[in-house]
Amino acid sequence: MRWKRYAGWAAFASALALPAVVPNAYVMGVITRICLYSLLALGLNVVVGFAGLLDLGYVAFFGIGSYVYAALASPQFGLHLPFPLALLAAVLATAVSGLLIGAPTLRLRGDYLAIVTLGFGEITYILLINLDRPINITGGPSGIVSIDPPSLLGYALRTNGQYFYLFLLLMGTAVLLSRRLRDSRVGWAWQAIREDELAAQTMGINTTAAKLQAFAIGASFAGAGGCLLASWQRSVFPDNFLFTESVNILAMVILGGVGSLPGVILGATIIVALPEVFRDFALYRLFAFGLLLMVLMIFRPNGLLAFQGRREAEEEPPGEERAAPSGP
Amino acid sequence: MLTWSQILGILPQQLVFGITLGTVYGLIAIGYTMVYGILFMINFAHGDIFMVGAYVGWAVLGALLASHAVPLNPVIVLPLMLVPAMAFTGAIGLALERLAYRPLYRRGATRLGPLISAIGASIFLQNGVMLVEGARERVYMTYAVFPRAWRFSVGGVSVSALVIVIACVAGLLMWGLHVIVQRTTLGRAIRAVAEDREMAAVMGVNVWRVVATTFFVGSALGGAAGVLVGFYYTQIDFFMGYSAGLKAFTAAVLGGIGNIRGAMLGGILLGVIESLATTFINPAFKDAVAFGVLILVLVFRPGGILGEALPDWKRI
Repeated sequence: MRWKRYAGWAAFASALALPAVVPNAYVMGVITRICLYSLLALGLNVVVGFAGLLDLGYVAFFGIGSYVYAALASPQFGLHLPFPLALLAAVLATAVSGLLIGAPTLRLRGDYLAIVTLGFGEITYILLINLDRPINITGGPSGIVSIDPPSLLGYALRTNGQYFYLFLLLMGTAVLLSRRLRDSRVGWAWQAIREDELAAQTMGINTTAAKLQAFAIGASFAGAGGCLLASWQRSVFPDNFLFTESVNILAMVILGGVGSLPGVILGATIIVALPEVFRDFALYRLFAFGLLLMVLMIFRPNGLLAFQGRREAEEEPPGEERAAPSGP
Repeated sequence: MLTWSQILGILPQQLVFGITLGTVYGLIAIGYTMVYGILFMINFAHGDIFMVGAYVGWAVLGALLASHAVPLNPVIVLPLMLVPAMAFTGAIGLALERLAYRPLYRRGATRLGPLISAIGASIFLQNGVMLVEGARERVYMTYAVFPRAWRFSVGGVSVSALVIVIACVAGLLMWGLHVIVQRTTLGRAIRAVAEDREMAAVMGVNVWRVVATTFFVGSALGGAAGVLVGFYYTQIDFFMGYSAGLKAFTAAVLGGIGNIRGAMLGGILLGVIESLATTFINPAFKDAVAFGVLILVLVFRPGGILGEALPDWKRI
């Protein structure tokens, strides 16, 4: 599969030329958002795609990353850390929060985990919106504003084209990291857990540790993404981190094909770009989206570009493990 | 800070509110718990089915108010609203099961698939209602049916007739379900499938029909809860199913998922916790408290309060 690797680098190289070709700032903004959401979707893909843990509160980590950056690089607390330092802090903070949430809850399986993460996402949102009294930490519903743009050696980013390079750099890093992780020891452990947790445990995999790693790594991707959002918008509000955002990111992962890296990027591109293309049908967008999710699950339950591992994806054997009634 | 005597003064009133709200949560929670007990699936769209029920009730009430066809007596108006709402939501439940969930199970889907499908159904229903009825909230003309003057005072606690009616209707529906599940052949089939569906199939139970019935009954109860909540809050919108559904699911888990009595108990407990948190902690944090309780329960007693120790393959 060497050609795949070359194709990836070729795509990256041609993406570098985009700001020169793209006609206006609006389109460049959409492309930059695709990079941001690809980064987020790649992070969620580590949790959902690789390890098979359904996280419905992923947006919480996105929010925590954003607010950490906002707190460290804005007049809110009078701190103005340089971008790389603040990015590092945001990534670390989200990784730690991933561990804190994961540790007590990862014993739960499947749907329970989904609901607990959902509850965690809601709690994070409620905290973001309410932690302006008695001490003003998050700025409440009006958020944190006039956040520093990323700058290096006194040169600050201004245009969407400039931001695009930063976003592309981080997204590229996420792709490389994801691929390395997938083929690493812990990556194999995740996939083993995803296929059959009991069997993985029997083979000597420390499933709790592996799941925690997936959670923390996935969260840290969202932390970096949050940092990018805060520095790009120059402001953060609790409403940037609603549950629908979690669902959107999850849909990107599933639409393209759970576990497949090009699939995840394709999913992010479709879900960010489609509403822009169909601006006039904005009202029907979510309606069609819900319908599409249902239809897709029936006809392509594994997504558009289903994950092709070294073990070729095969039809699920009609085993006893199915969570379904074997009707007559 | 509140003094002890003040707290004791507010407490009974808040308990009444909490229990009323709790019976409604319990009613919705039954839908989650029945489906889970049989399919091991979280029907994520259930909260939105509840929302649709509220809209159907609202439409009927609007038609009744406009046409003056019947006297505005709760004894007449309530059944006229509840029956169509329950029939409609029951039908939606059936359709979802038949069109969106069953094909997946037939193809041997893993657990992730149906959940995604259910999320899709939830988004679909929400936006479908928004497209048809608009995004603005609709007003339930509660006081046309339950005049404000209908209040009783019992031992310093002021209770409106509406609250009593809500609790009674919810209680009656739960009792009806209890009788069906415990005393009828259908109920025995439902319990058998929940216990061991393969064995039930071998014994001649039509498993898919039981699944369909479960969806119908659970959704219909959710629809009834929608009407009651509409009366209680007097305002409904297309997004109301989201948080109500989450609360009800919390209630189902709190009581022990898969356990119908647990869902009722969990609902009442959650209603009381929420109403106390609103009064004594901070209204803004009431949802956070509810989810905090859910997380604590899942971490320390994953089976819920009435949940039995499930065998490993059944546990989530």
